[in-house]
Amino acid sequence: MRTMWRNTNDSYGRVSITLHWLIAVAVTGLFALGLWMVELDYYDPWYQRAPELHKSSGVLLFGLVLLRLTWHYSNPRPRPVGSTWENRAATLAHAALEVLLLATLVSGYLISTADGRPIDVFGLFQVPATLAGLQNQADLAGKIHELLSFILIGLAGVHALAALKHHFINHDATLRRMLASRQEPVD
Amino acid sequence: MLDKTFIRGLVVALALSGPALTHAADYLIDTDKAHAFIQFRIKHLGYSWLLGRFNDFDGSFSYDEKNPEASSVTVTIRTGSIDSNHAERDKHLRGKDFLDVDKYPEARFVSSGFKENGDGTGVLTGDLTLHGVTRPISIDVTHIGHGPDPWGGQRRGFSGVTTLTLADYDINYNLGPDAREVELFLSVEGIEQPSE
Repeated sequence: MRTMWRNTNDSYGRVSITLHWLIAVAVTGLFALGLWMVELDYYDPWYQRAPELHKSSGVLLFGLVLLRLTWHYSNPRPRPVGSTWENRAATLAHAALEVLLLATLVSGYLISTADGRPIDVFGLFQVPATLAGLQNQADLAGKIHELLSFILIGLAGVHALAALKHHFINHDATLRRMLASRQEPVD
Repeated sequence: MLDKTFIRGLVVALALSGPALTHAADYLIDTDKAHAFIQFRIKHLGYSWLLGRFNDFDGSFSYDEKNPEASSVTVTIRTGSIDSNHAERDKHLRGKDFLDVDKYPEARFVSSGFKENGDGTGVLTGDLTLHGVTRPISIDVTHIGHGPDPWGGQRRGFSGVTTLTLADYDINYNLGPDAREVELFLSVEGIEQPSE
């Protein structure tokens, strides 16, 4: 069977599926890492390392999100499954997830670059500061980053529950087609 | 023979008789043109000094050359203006682990006494309110200089040093055994205000 990279009207391609799950794992991981790292004791061996990991991964995630958005809008979209209101809600939720994801990433970037310092990404390259030196920038961006990340994780939870509902209650292909790029008959 | 009580009574009477006999001048600390500094230093891990400052504060003092013991100082510091030259560290310092500036936006020093040593130095005592805790402190003061400025005013300046124990002010974040105390270095220049 030929590998299906691109989306079709019925199915997600390999690229969309891989990006979706990479981003899902990264967002969940970064959320947990973020919650944990801010409580670390000054003498904890992870006190420096955890934020470095969080920032570096955040920058890479930003790249993945940009890639996913580009791919998403330059590919066919599999036909939505479910009722009209479900489709509307899904479209809205997906758009909100994308906006929240970008806003959370940007607000995080604005904390670390608030005084013009770049973000070092795993020692490989640096992302320079752009918007810096605003009054209380780090504090304000920090509060926004925290708030947005909670909303993002909450909405991602709803998104996951909706997928499970389609799978176990409606017995349709919503979840299956995000797991494998085989052509699935749509119920 | 004059007993001590009489002399003390006389001094009080003279002091109370007011501006006619004393020449206390009131000075506004020159924060507008930033000729005043509140700097701190604390050991990092015990290996080096970390320096920082508060950028936003104001205050005034009065000083009488003939009766320096009657001097007084009041300074109010906006704690959110802490600046250690690292935005992320400053964010941490403003947070709940340290200054908690949302809850305690101001720190305040109000003097209660001043003793000159006669060699241009002295000890200023007073109450410092920081992080919601008020405690008496003493500041070792050096009189730097005074006189006319080139623009028609009169100025007077002092420096001061004191050491605070963070735990005394209910700041208990563990920075290690060598970082329990913070040293303050104060430098103020006052511009004499027209007397009322």
